[in-house]
Amino acid sequence: MIHSLFLINHTGDIFLEKHWKSVISRGVCDYFLEVKEKAVEPENVPPVLQTPHHYLISIYRDKLFFLSVIQTEVPPLFVIEFLHRVADTFQDYFGECSESIIKDNVVTVYELLEEMLDNGFPLATESNILKEMIKPPTILRSVVNTLTGSSNVGDKLPTGQLSNIPWRRAAVKYTNNEAYFDVIEEIDAILDKSGMTVFAEIQGVIEACTRLSGMPDLTLSFMNPRLLDDVSFHPCVRFKRWESERVLSFIPPDGNFTLMTYHVSSQNLVAIPVYVKQNISFFETGSCGRLDITIGPKQTMGKMVEGLMVTVHMPKAVLSVNLTASQGNYTYDLATKVLVWDIGKLNPQKPPNLRGTLSVQSGAPRPEENPALDIKLKIQQLAISGLKVNRLDMYGEKYKPFKGVKYMTKAGKFQVRT
Amino acid sequence: MTTMQKLLQLPVNAVNIVKTVQSQVQGQEEDKSPVLTPDGGQQTWYNALQPDELRHLRSGGSGGGFGGGGGGGGGGDQEERAVLEEGGGSFQNQPLRHDDLKEMLDSNKDSLKLEAMKRIVAMVARGKNASDLFPAVVKNVACKNIEVKKLVYVYLVRYAEEQQDLALLSISTFQRGLKDPNQLIRASALRVLSSIRVTIIVPIMMLAIKEAASDMSPYVRKTAAHAIPKLYSLDPEQKDQLIEVIEKLLADKTTLVAGSVVMAFEEVCPERIDLIHKNYRKLCNLLIDVEEWGQVVIINMLTRYARTQFLNPNINESLLEEGGEKTFYGSEEDEDEDDEDKDKKAEVATMAKRKPYVMDPDHRLLLRNTKPLLQSRNAAVVMAVAQLYFHLAPKAEVGVIAKALVRLLRSHSEVQYVVLQNVATMTIKRRGMFEPYLKSFYIRSTDPTQIKVLKLEVLTNLANETNISTILREFQTYIKSMDKDFVAATIQAIGRCATNIGEVRDTCLNGLVQLLSNRDELVVAESVVVIKKLLQMQPEKHSDIIKHMAKLIDNIQVPMARASILWLIGEYCEHVPKISPDVLRKMAKSFTNEEDIVKLQIINLAAKLYLTNSKQTKLLTQYVLNLAKYDQNYDIRDRARFIRQLIVPTEKSGALSKYAKKLFLALKPAPVLESPFKDRDHFQLGSLSHLLNAKAGGYQELPDWPEAAPDPSVRNVEVPEWTKCSSREKRKEKKVEKPFYSDSEGESGPTESADSESDSANGSESVSGSEVSGSGSESEESEEGSESEEEEEEEDEEKDKKKKKKELKKKPVQESESEQSSEEEEEERKHERKSKPRKSDSETESGDEEESESESSQSESDESESEAEVKKKKKAAQSKPPAKPVKTDGKKEKKEMSLLDLDDFEPAPSPQVTPVNSFLSSSLVTDLEGLSLSDSVLSPATIAPSSALKSYELLHRITGEGLSVEYCFSRQPFSPDANMVAVQIQFTNNATSDTKNLHMEDVKLQSGMRVKEFPEIELLPAGETTTAVMGIDFCDSTQAANFQLCTHTRKFFVSIQPPVGELMRPIFLTENEFKKEQGQLMGMNEITERLTLDVKCRNEHTIVQRVTTAANLSRVPCGSDKECSPPVPPPPPDHPVHRFAGRTVTSSSLVLVTVATKEEGAAQLTVNCEKMVIGTMLVKDILQALTQ
Repeated sequence: MIHSLFLINHTGDIFLEKHWKSVISRGVCDYFLEVKEKAVEPENVPPVLQTPHHYLISIYRDKLFFLSVIQTEVPPLFVIEFLHRVADTFQDYFGECSESIIKDNVVTVYELLEEMLDNGFPLATESNILKEMIKPPTILRSVVNTLTGSSNVGDKLPTGQLSNIPWRRAAVKYTNNEAYFDVIEEIDAILDKSGMTVFAEIQGVIEACTRLSGMPDLTLSFMNPRLLDDVSFHPCVRFKRWESERVLSFIPPDGNFTLMTYHVSSQNLVAIPVYVKQNISFFETGSCGRLDITIGPKQTMGKMVEGLMVTVHMPKAVLSVNLTASQGNYTYDLATKVLVWDIGKLNPQKPPNLRGTLSVQSGAPRPEENPALDIKLKIQQLAISGLKVNRLDMYGEKYKPFKGVKYMTKAGKFQVRT
Repeated sequence: MTTMQKLLQLPVNAVNIVKTVQSQVQGQEEDKSPVLTPDGGQQTWYNALQPDELRHLRSGGSGGGFGGGGGGGGGGDQEERAVLEEGGGSFQNQPLRHDDLKEMLDSNKDSLKLEAMKRIVAMVARGKNASDLFPAVVKNVACKNIEVKKLVYVYLVRYAEEQQDLALLSISTFQRGLKDPNQLIRASALRVLSSIRVTIIVPIMMLAIKEAASDMSPYVRKTAAHAIPKLYSLDPEQKDQLIEVIEKLLADKTTLVAGSVVMAFEEVCPERIDLIHKNYRKLCNLLIDVEEWGQVVIINMLTRYARTQFLNPNINESLLEEGGEKTFYGSEEDEDEDDEDKDKKAEVATMAKRKPYVMDPDHRLLLRNTKPLLQSRNAAVVMAVAQLYFHLAPKAEVGVIAKALVRLLRSHSEVQYVVLQNVATMTIKRRGMFEPYLKSFYIRSTDPTQIKVLKLEVLTNLANETNISTILREFQTYIKSMDKDFVAATIQAIGRCATNIGEVRDTCLNGLVQLLSNRDELVVAESVVVIKKLLQMQPEKHSDIIKHMAKLIDNIQVPMARASILWLIGEYCEHVPKISPDVLRKMAKSFTNEEDIVKLQIINLAAKLYLTNSKQTKLLTQYVLNLAKYDQNYDIRDRARFIRQLIVPTEKSGALSKYAKKLFLALKPAPVLESPFKDRDHFQLGSLSHLLNAKAGGYQELPDWPEAAPDPSVRNVEVPEWTKCSSREKRKEKKVEKPFYSDSEGESGPTESADSESDSANGSESVSGSEVSGSGSESEESEEGSESEEEEEEEDEEKDKKKKKKELKKKPVQESESEQSSEEEEEERKHERKSKPRKSDSETESGDEEESESESSQSESDESESEAEVKKKKKAAQSKPPAKPVKTDGKKEKKEMSLLDLDDFEPAPSPQVTPVNSFLSSSLVTDLEGLSLSDSVLSPATIAPSSALKSYELLHRITGEGLSVEYCFSRQPFSPDANMVAVQIQFTNNATSDTKNLHMEDVKLQSGMRVKEFPEIELLPAGETTTAVMGIDFCDSTQAANFQLCTHTRKFFVSIQPPVGELMRPIFLTENEFKKEQGQLMGMNEITERLTLDVKCRNEHTIVQRVTTAANLSRVPCGSDKECSPPVPPPPPDHPVHRFAGRTVTSSSLVLVTVATKEEGAAQLTVNCEKMVIGTMLVKDILQALTQ
């Protein structure tokens, strides 16, 4: 399946290679680098490329390309999903997934890659198993190891590998037993010029952090599970229980994990928390334009809208901007032509406003399209779909865990067309 | 944290590096103290950091340097140079450093070795050559330190191929490792051994693999499965032996091995589909517990398998559909095509008659067991299931995948890219599936270009008459995008919409014409090209557009667009007779400066004008041809010569010139704008080949459906010897391996019931050839779901509270129960084996039987009547094959009867009649049952009034003024809606006059309840009796359904209240399943009562009869009572336990009833039901039935 993996930074240097079968020359990456050169944005590099003897499947994450070399037929998603899992594992182990951190931990990275694939076929991808085999680097451990010469590598087969619940380590012990659930919802929306909703839906995710001793069996139920239109689960969730009773019943992995993602049907009207009034226009003569954006609260359910930020990708012809913001700061990056207006908290009494003039390259034709506005926002303590966790019960263990649920609403791909 | 860590890590690495330098300078004295005390070490490090030494370090140690964090950012370019220079071998410091590493490896300190290995691995990671360290590294293969060992393995695997002889030194270590008691060491020894690509050791590898394949530890067996393709790629000669190992591992029962061995199968012998037969059902059942990556491989393989083994579920529809689609589009359809369609339909109809399609239960099993995986978090799994459904499922069921695929569009852009490619292919074949999700494909300006283009493709494929206006409005915004490639693609898309949908052609054309005044030349050019294609369809209407375009020729510079305009003018010069010569004049002027494609079109234009309007254009044409004669491009020269010969009459000109007009001005067919994804579905979706639209190496073609299904009995499994083994230990192991989360009792899940319902819909469809759509049954299914939720929610609260309390108490009981059941399972298997040959017989028979059955509804009614008789007489049924077995059968009889029962397709409920313990037969029965019950609905008259059923009065003769109405619960499945209880109503007209227009009105129901009214009875003559059937969904409650019964003169208020026993339908469970389910319904859900049996009611026969009369349940066969093997002491034969099972009609909750008899008429009644209310009421009813 996966023959080799190359890690390439965004300037095109290959800084790590790993082969699971016979060695493939790194020259194979030249095909990829050629395409990458041509593409304006790194995102525009097609994920699957064909070369005379190999197929290259790559992902772009955190300014790094993970490029895998394939020789025979394999489902492309299989490879893509695996590469993302590799990146996730690095993130999990080292806190971030960047070139320098990978270089610093190259041995651990190599050991991980060795465990994750055997002959190109995934062997162990569960973080709980990997962590038993290869301990993540911590300050304390690296000091101890250098002094005593003990190793980071376990010599026992992780119990998870054999059990039916590979995601959980055996014999977990905590003094404080706690389980936290974050219900995070993102609003994906497209608003048209007049502020009408063209398309809106809610994508939710429940991130969990469980630190529970032993083998707890949790049951999480919702007040209104019928809101959920489509769901996907961590493998630990018993699908049958969900089908029949609409409760989440699971033996959780240890630590952080994504319990489920869900989709709230677009048939339900999605409450759009803010309204946007905008007017961006370019004049036919005089090589200038005008911009005027106002944002105000719409359906916020009485909660404060925070972290409000507007990003505008200006047409190439816009040279500079001269704006005044009634609240927050704005920056305009001349190279990328990106205007960012960081507003912060939304004041319902005095809707923030940004207005002023844009100067356009003289002689250039008037830009055809008005740029779309990308909006970021955050609302704490609110799940915009109205989803509510009813209760969390634990079976199988005697202690009483500390439980907590947090709600948050964010703007996902929230775009206003102008 | 990271900087801190770096700081802390630095000293040690630095020390080692420094040490290498120092040792070079000062001699060898230091190598005994490699790890200095922290403070001392640091001291040395910082002191030693002199500029010149640093340089020294860099140039020599750059490869290994960053292993510990020393290298850092700066080394990039130098690194590359180092690689280049290494080839020359002229590098001064290289041997030095390597020597030093060797020295460290030779030392007896593990920490030193580790450090050296880390640096070497870092070199390997960088792609630097470290091969000359091979001897030094290989020596450490037996190192005690596991991390060193692992790193040595990494190194070995990388370089063994290059240094085969030296690598052999390590082999003995691995051979020893293969015998290690620690399974991890065994496994990793095998892993490395098989990864060393040295041909000499092939026999050793073979031996090791064979041994590992029968290892105790499933993890080692998994590693063996991984090793198989490795060996195969090294030496394909070993294939036959490897296939043996694969066959052995395929039979493995653990989920851990399943994925890996199927992967090995796919790489080594994908053509040996016969190896799968015996494991097919096991793989299906294990699937949900296999790790995600294995799931993908297994699902893909099973898709191929199913294509070879089962019949096309759409065999009838696919043809129909094709015809239907065509007429649907059909604005410009030819007559003969219609005829063809009719022919096809006729053909289909005959086919349908000839061969009613029945889905193989194994086919159904696959679909059912993969469906939950659509909810996987892993995109590859979801895609795998989606393609399986797309390729294998009946058309009505494919829809379920749309939602999951749309969900994936939220994922990483690479995932989106692949999914959209597949969606684009699917939308061509099954457009309706994605139509509800149209808006999810709307494009954001921030999407990467390739995603935008794919979404556009999907939107275009989804366009139809109803949504075209929204789509076009959406397209309008895209046209203004800054991404010009995307705009061009949008214009193409508009063109395609316009060709596909006649209604909007003019709108699109107008829109495109407006784009001609766009300032961006690319946009204009693209529009011209598309307009050209559109105009070709109806040129006569649009001469003004052609004129407009002619004017554009002055401004447009894009060659393709200019060429298009010229072609257009030439083609339709008769519509613009005045302008065309003028255009030619202009073009003649600029001819020399034009691009080649434009030049060719100028020549074409000239030729056409010459033929139509030679007076005005003769000279111009001559001029153009002369210019072309001396052109640099030979194509243009050739074309000019060719055209001159054709059109300019000379004495030499051949016969062809007569036909010049016909040649040039022939009517050209309008282009068909097709999706590039058309016909891509001959590649298996989700595959690399599909994505590239080209066959990738190792791609396994998806075979076509077979004409006739191969023998399904090949999948029947012989129970292997070891299950008989009764040693304690083995049994324990087996229990561990038992799937944890999977619904191993797949057949009893709530999904199951829904599935079998849709089965029935399909069945009826194919039999009757009518368009009873499966989607109907689907919507019912969802309704059912939501209703049951409501109820559950109410109950949830109290359940939760009480559950907690009971949970602890019940634990031990549950455990012992399960233990017992697992023991019994083994016995069950033995039975199964015994009955196997007979069963397969019955299967093949059933096929024929059912055909004849569907043809003759007459015989059916006879049969059911005879059934009623049999019931009355309470005869054992086994002596009468055509008769339906009665619930009151004795155990022994049941056992033997099972074979005949399969042939029994009467409308009456039959699940309880099949005490065959295997999964297959039960699902076969459900499938077939579905088939038959749909027949019964078509002819409600065939339902014979059964005297065994208790009748209730709905309307008394006196109140009804001569009309008396009685109803009874017929216990037939009510097929228009499986969630309804069938109520059979008998009208008797005792009056002297006729009653007309009997119908019902004004139905008053509790919320959630539904009623399907009986068809109006137009005339009931005096003294006559008639029956009708209506369906009521009681929502699993005993609330009455109130309505008015109307005649042509009067209205009567009546109400139907069901006894609780009628709110359920029987299901078939084996004893084991029953016990298992019972084990899950303990605590609050269990109600137990002691009772003393009525004197007349002490024999088994009566008990069974009374219980089944009180409630619509089926008897659970308890054959094991008689043939029990020693481990479980059978209950004394005179105190048998009777079990009954059913499901509530609306919510499909299990209802389990146990009557355990004891001495002297004492008995214990246990009811397990999720719905406590139902449980309580049922207990009361059964109690009464047994004690009265």
